[in-house]
Amino acid sequence: MSYVIPKETCSGKVLSPDFGKGSKAVKIGGENALPFHSFDGAIPNKPVIAYEIQDIFPDDWPDTVKNQFSSVSDNAVKWAEYCQNELKAQAIALRLSGTHPDRGDRSPQDAAKTVKDVLAAIEVPLIILGSNHMEKDAAVLVAASEAASGYNCIIGKAQEGNYKTIVAAALAHNHKLIAMSELDINLAKQLNILITQMGFDKERLLTDPMCSALGYGIEYTYSVMERIRLAALMQNDATMQPPILGDVGMYVWKVKETVATEAEMSEWGAVAERGITWEAVTATSMLIAGANLLIMRHPKAVETVNKVVEELV
Amino acid sequence: MALSGVEIFKLLPKTNCKKCGFPTCLAFAMALAQGKVELAKCPDVSEESKKLLGAASAPPIRMFPLGTGDKAAKVGGENVLFRHDKKFINPSVFAINIKDTLSNDELTKKVEEVITSEIDRVGQKLRVDAISIEFASGNAQQYESAVKLISEKAPNTIIILNCKDASAADAAVKIVAARKPLLYCATEENAEAMANIAKTHKVPLGVYADGLAALSSLTEKIKGIGVEDLVIDSGAKNAKGILELNTQVRRSALKKSFKPLGYPIINFVLREDPVLEACIASVAVAKYGSIVVLNSIEKWKNLALFTIRQNIYTDPQVPMQVEQKVYKIGEATENSPLLITTNFSLTYFIVAGEVENSKVPTWLAIMDCEGLSVLTAWAAGKFTAGKIAQFIKESGVENQVKNKELIIPGMVAILSGSVEDKLEGWKVTVGPREANAIPTFLKTRSA
Ligand code: SF4
Repeated sequence: MSYVIPKETCSGKVLSPDFGKGSKAVKIGGENALPFHSFDGAIPNKPVIAYEIQDIFPDDWPDTVKNQFSSVSDNAVKWAEYCQNELKAQAIALRLSGTHPDRGDRSPQDAAKTVKDVLAAIEVPLIILGSNHMEKDAAVLVAASEAASGYNCIIGKAQEGNYKTIVAAALAHNHKLIAMSELDINLAKQLNILITQMGFDKERLLTDPMCSALGYGIEYTYSVMERIRLAALMQNDATMQPPILGDVGMYVWKVKETVATEAEMSEWGAVAERGITWEAVTATSMLIAGANLLIMRHPKAVETVNKVVEELV
Repeated sequence: MALSGVEIFKLLPKTNCKKCGFPTCLAFAMALAQGKVELAKCPDVSEESKKLLGAASAPPIRMFPLGTGDKAAKVGGENVLFRHDKKFINPSVFAINIKDTLSNDELTKKVEEVITSEIDRVGQKLRVDAISIEFASGNAQQYESAVKLISEKAPNTIIILNCKDASAADAAVKIVAARKPLLYCATEENAEAMANIAKTHKVPLGVYADGLAALSSLTEKIKGIGVEDLVIDSGAKNAKGILELNTQVRRSALKKSFKPLGYPIINFVLREDPVLEACIASVAVAKYGSIVVLNSIEKWKNLALFTIRQNIYTDPQVPMQVEQKVYKIGEATENSPLLITTNFSLTYFIVAGEVENSKVPTWLAIMDCEGLSVLTAWAAGKFTAGKIAQFIKESGVENQVKNKELIIPGMVAILSGSVEDKLEGWKVTVGPREANAIPTFLKTRSA
């Protein structure tokens, strides 16, 4: 018996939207093989990691990650510049947390101004995220889309309960769009269909099947991503072919393993390394499952995952 | 290729004697086809049928134990490429690599780390399972004494004899043979000698070759010598090699029934940077590494690796259930609110996550509903007023909170009256329908 490499060719292909402008624009997706299976097919674009920043001081982040940005995080523009210039971010994800009714209730106009200021300060592509408040996001993301008109941003997240206005805004201002559903391949598919039925081109979509942290349901996200990718490639299901987003940082930097000090949990070891590893391992697992774009927080975790990506391609 | 029930039936005695415990030979054949029983249960099957069935029913990836006693670990036996198809069976074994060039004190310290690595996570005891003792000194006596010391200090841990020198390996195996160590490894240069050592001492053997073609011929050769419990190493070191070659091994074994690669895989990750090592090791865990060898085992890294292994190896068909109890989130006190929901782990993770987001210390009562979500559990009669009342009474949470108020999921608002009737002295409040409204709900209340 002699060995033959068991290759599998796929009939489908992941779509490959770009975002940003000019020389710093990035393209994701485009592969016709399972994640990093370059012996099966072509993987033209590497996954991209965006640094998460916020429009308000991140008082809800644990110290390990909050302290990394203490000199800049009181101001979204400074924070964005720091990520671009010092941390060499490939992309930035601005989360408009301050618009949440419980986190300051900033107005859509205020949010729009932050978006404009950040865009004026950076050259790398921008992802603009709401505060995950269904009604408020509808208003905030409309204003933000308009403010970012012409910058080819990624806007999100459109969910079943609020997608119509957000889709319309992304459509009007030529942005890419994140469609988010909760850990169910059928819901993800259905939302993509609803959005494309509004005339939104599927080539401009990203799917966020909802991330989970290591130890807190990551196996669900892992398998949903894997199944979405198999549907896109093996069954050539066009509604499942947008690239996948993993919004890693926000799920990781609140679980006990990233927060509890060594004094509280001596058998868990050093809290800083533990938090960084938690984010890096979560992110790595998402990449293996099929994520094309990650949103992360800690510089050391980002640096490590970038090394993993370099090894994987 | 696996045979169908009818094909198997044709090879059975067809006497319906019931000695196998099944009413008919056909019923037994069907169970055999599904892998639910072993052929040995039929005492009357002919030698010829046994051969035919044996070859067909041999698992595509060989399975065998490493080590002995309650800390032994099975490796191999996997049936699928993707965990959503079916549970991955035997969780990756984590090993730390220790060089025999370390001083006795250093060796003892390392072993101590392994022994104390055990932690409890969601009811499972997790640990660094194995020690790989590397023959780095080039001195057989030194190797022997390191193996002796480690095996005495770690009497239950799985031992991997990481030594390509046949005479040093032979001496070392003698010390620990009864513990079923893994002898690592046979290469093109030493295959015969190593295979004979493994055969004589009945221990599993690692096989290393550069690339899968060379590895396939080597495993065939060794099988010819009479050693079948093999662990294979394709030489993959970086993440790409691990992902690609491990995938090719698994595919060859499962989809092509290619026997020369139908063995569990060992991956040496070995990185100086422990965070990077954790990431590459997690690639190996997700992508079919049966033994993952590490350079270091810091507590914080172990926690992450144990967790990813546990997560990847959970059964996707059994909704993972969370233990029934009242969970304390944040610094909950007697004045904190009390929420209740079901023990479907996804429900738990989402609700607990949103409670954490709220930063409001809270008691979260998780009730055993056989892993069903709120609406399904309610519809199935498992999340009813009577059962909720009983659980709350028996949980003793009464003594933990001053204010006897129970917040139920908005999805089952309909239950509020009847729960109140059955829980004397308690007030029942209807909480949000969707978990993402929990932070606002809790903050408004605590304001
Ligand atoms: S023991 Fe064998 S011969 Fe008897 S019923 Fe079972 S399968 Fe048939």
